Amino acid sequence: MTMPGAADHPLLVVDGLDVTFHPGSGPVRAVRDVSFTLGRGECLALVGESGSGKSVTARTLVGLIGARAAATARRLVFDGRDLSTLTEPQWQAVRGRRIGLVLQDALVSLDPLRTVGAEVAETLRTHRVVDRAEVRGRVLSLLTDVGIPDPRQRARQYPHQLSGGLRQRALIASAIAAGPALLLADEPTTALDVTVQAQVLDLLRRLKHSGMALLLISHDLAVVAGLADTIAVMHSGLIVEQGPTDRVLSSPRHPYTRALLAAAPAMHAKGARLSDAASGQPAAGPDGCPYALRCRLADQRCRDELPAPADAGPGHGALCWYPMAAPEETPHRLSVVETARPPAPRGGLLIEAESISKRFRSPDQTWHHAARDVSFQLRAGEALGLVGESGSGKTTVARIVLGLLEPDEGTVRLAGAPWNGTANGAGASAGAAGQSGGRIRERDRRAYRRRIQAIYQDPMGSFDPRYTVERIIGEAVAGPRRGRDRRVKIIELLDQVGLAANMLQRRPRELSGGQRQRVAIARALAPSPDVIVCDEPVSALDVSIQAQILDLLTALQRGLGVALLFISHDLGVIHHVSDRLLVMKDGRVVETGDVRQVFSQPVHTYTQELLAAIPRPGKAGEAEVGQHATVPP
Amino acid sequence: MRSPLATRRALFSRRGIIQGAAERLLAGTAVMLGAATLAFAALQLVPGDTVAVLLGPTTTASPEIRQQIRTEFGFDQPVPVRYARYVGNLLHGDLGSSYQLQQPVSKLINDQIWPTVQLTVAAVAVAVVIAVVSAVVTAGRRPALRATATAWELVALSTPPHWLGIMLLTVFSFQLRIFPVAGAQSLSSLVLPAVTLALSVAGVLGQVLREGLEAALEQPFVVTARSRGLSQSAVRLRHAFRHAATPLLTLAGWLTGTLLGGTVVIETVFSRPGIGSLTMQAVTSRDLPVVLGVVLLSAFAVVLIFTVVDLLHLVIDPRLRTTEAAL
Repeated sequence: MTMPGAADHPLLVVDGLDVTFHPGSGPVRAVRDVSFTLGRGECLALVGESGSGKSVTARTLVGLIGARAAATARRLVFDGRDLSTLTEPQWQAVRGRRIGLVLQDALVSLDPLRTVGAEVAETLRTHRVVDRAEVRGRVLSLLTDVGIPDPRQRARQYPHQLSGGLRQRALIASAIAAGPALLLADEPTTALDVTVQAQVLDLLRRLKHSGMALLLISHDLAVVAGLADTIAVMHSGLIVEQGPTDRVLSSPRHPYTRALLAAAPAMHAKGARLSDAASGQPAAGPDGCPYALRCRLADQRCRDELPAPADAGPGHGALCWYPMAAPEETPHRLSVVETARPPAPRGGLLIEAESISKRFRSPDQTWHHAARDVSFQLRAGEALGLVGESGSGKTTVARIVLGLLEPDEGTVRLAGAPWNGTANGAGASAGAAGQSGGRIRERDRRAYRRRIQAIYQDPMGSFDPRYTVERIIGEAVAGPRRGRDRRVKIIELLDQVGLAANMLQRRPRELSGGQRQRVAIARALAPSPDVIVCDEPVSALDVSIQAQILDLLTALQRGLGVALLFISHDLGVIHHVSDRLLVMKDGRVVETGDVRQVFSQPVHTYTQELLAAIPRPGKAGEAEVGQHATVPP
Repeated sequence: MRSPLATRRALFSRRGIIQGAAERLLAGTAVMLGAATLAFAALQLVPGDTVAVLLGPTTTASPEIRQQIRTEFGFDQPVPVRYARYVGNLLHGDLGSSYQLQQPVSKLINDQIWPTVQLTVAAVAVAVVIAVVSAVVTAGRRPALRATATAWELVALSTPPHWLGIMLLTVFSFQLRIFPVAGAQSLSSLVLPAVTLALSVAGVLGQVLREGLEAALEQPFVVTARSRGLSQSAVRLRHAFRHAATPLLTLAGWLTGTLLGGTVVIETVFSRPGIGSLTMQAVTSRDLPVVLGVVLLSAFAVVLIFTVVDLLHLVIDPRLRTTEAAL
């Protein structure tokens, strides 16, 4: 087996690419000595966490790294042309025409003020691909090609009027409109629901089969596994491992690749630790291996000297002094037979939601049912997962449970006392509703608020940016109001979430994404709650950070006995943390039960679709598409 | 395959705009009625006898003459009747008669308004052109260029217009004799006052527009547009400018409203006729119908300007045409 792209005339040759940024402070090397080749109809995946240099590498290939960055390479050849000598007008002739670019989240990557049709037409007009009179017809055929139904109407609509999947397809249509030979797809499915993600991946696969070369960028190995011929894992600007997809996945040589594989909850045994425990290693020197800081195998040589590439078979290499030899027993499949985790101790009823319903008025004056007749119970110390795609009503249910939104019908009880909705007579004698029947007022709820806390996807939005960490957490501390005791309590909370006391005076902007979410968790823990509602708490995080946060939440649930209502669109995440599971679709609960049972024997067709759509390396490429991913050929 | 979004298919562009226009016209009418009612109430609450005001502080008149004036102006009618008659007259464009000049207020305003409108429109047009050029050329470009533009804008917006007016008069009218010193007869007499008013406005607009452009140029869709092969300037003009125009429009509308009322000083400096000088006269001589007429006119101008601005917002930003259900 030869390395893909090593044919006689590869479409793209990148050899020794360096990109250095010159911001106000000292220079930052974003990409270091990156080399790869890519042939027509092939797919190379660049995988790594944010800041690893994968996006910068792609932007270099369209000459869009900005004025403050400088790129140099031994060879940077695309289709026989030396890209490194192109002038701006020459670049403009290449961009869109020969190389297309697709970014994440079409809601902001398409101009929100222009119609989808105008955006696709822009590529055609810029490069005069077809006559003026034929532009409209070509736009419609492109939209049809990428699987957008009713293209005439869709072309007239704006990005915000389309669903996430259709938007992303439209963005792809605008990138391929001029028939480029190479498509750069930078996290093309990251913002999408799992079934939609499968459809977009299938569309990319079709493009690849039609002869287009694909440079696919993702933080998620599982996403690229079914599509890429070659995988290059990036870390700190370096390609630390590169090789044929099946070899990289089955026998990863670099410890970082292993960590990435292990961090994906969907590929892992339930309840087991996801994150690599190694931390607090001494920092590497300027010439050392950048991964040494997090590597369990690192020694002084790693910290002093950048490793030389280690050959690991045909076309497969790792940048490591100590490439791991035999593949460890890494479970690549979603294990359905569980051993790792004892059932969580179940206490008394904590939350009882009884047939809650909520509807909203849509812009076209019809009613949109965000929740219909939703009932569930959460016991003390239990983790209940709530899974569904966007628009399924998960967040509405969460807000009703939190007492932030009143249901139209139904009741929520917190620890036996009426909490939200209609307080029916029985059992309303004590607790939040007091003696009054009818609606429960916020004034009655206030004393009970500390028992139910929340963390969200974007903690930044729930922090006052001017507050320090100490003040953010201190505000929520139930006990001492001020002084040393309070500070001790705050430090204790920080310790519980794995942060050091030197974080006290930091402000949210000075924290990393993972640290912010930890602070949010510490704040949720501050009033010693009985239950924490987690609304997509890890969706915005890189896979390795996500693993750490999930580990933390699981540890807190077991250690402190806090119950979790865990909301996510990601089945892997849900599977990892929850004991029981509710599957929601269009405002209804379509399936409920023990997590293991639902995952092994899903009853409802929708649950089966969701499970089928999870991308993971264990499955063969073609089988990856869910049943509903019908894309017109 | 139908997405759930397709079922609550958003309002289409055109229908959204028409609906928005209808809503805003209705709101504008309500505001106008409110302004008229407030003006009427204020008239009722003016301390002292209106007749005494009419006759002036020095005159002594017999009770018969006073009674005659009352009947003539309808002051002897009960308040609701007077209110109904007042609103009815307004609908016919009748703003009453000036106490001092013995002419219909509508005629007085009509005689004086056009020089002011000319001046305001010219000033805003000049300001927008200067601001757009200054911002589009310098937004996100080299620091030195940007700093120069920002500096002149700051100087422009903090220069007092009357001082600038006098300086321009001194240089261009008295010394170089390019433009006339006073009056509003020719187009050339419009140049200096319009430029005087425009410079400070251009300073503010330029700052806001540059900020909007730079924010827009940071957006991911700009990378997408450039990846299609668009040049820097095409991206600025076709994509970023529309995004930056939204705050510019709001501010320009607001400034136009202030200019309509705030031309008094400039009209005085350049000895131009205009609504400003009419207002000055009316206020100093307590000519209440004229003052009220000017107040109603200002209310109308503001309502008109903001309605137009709101509608332009709807045209520019399709996202405003629909309101998503809060989830």
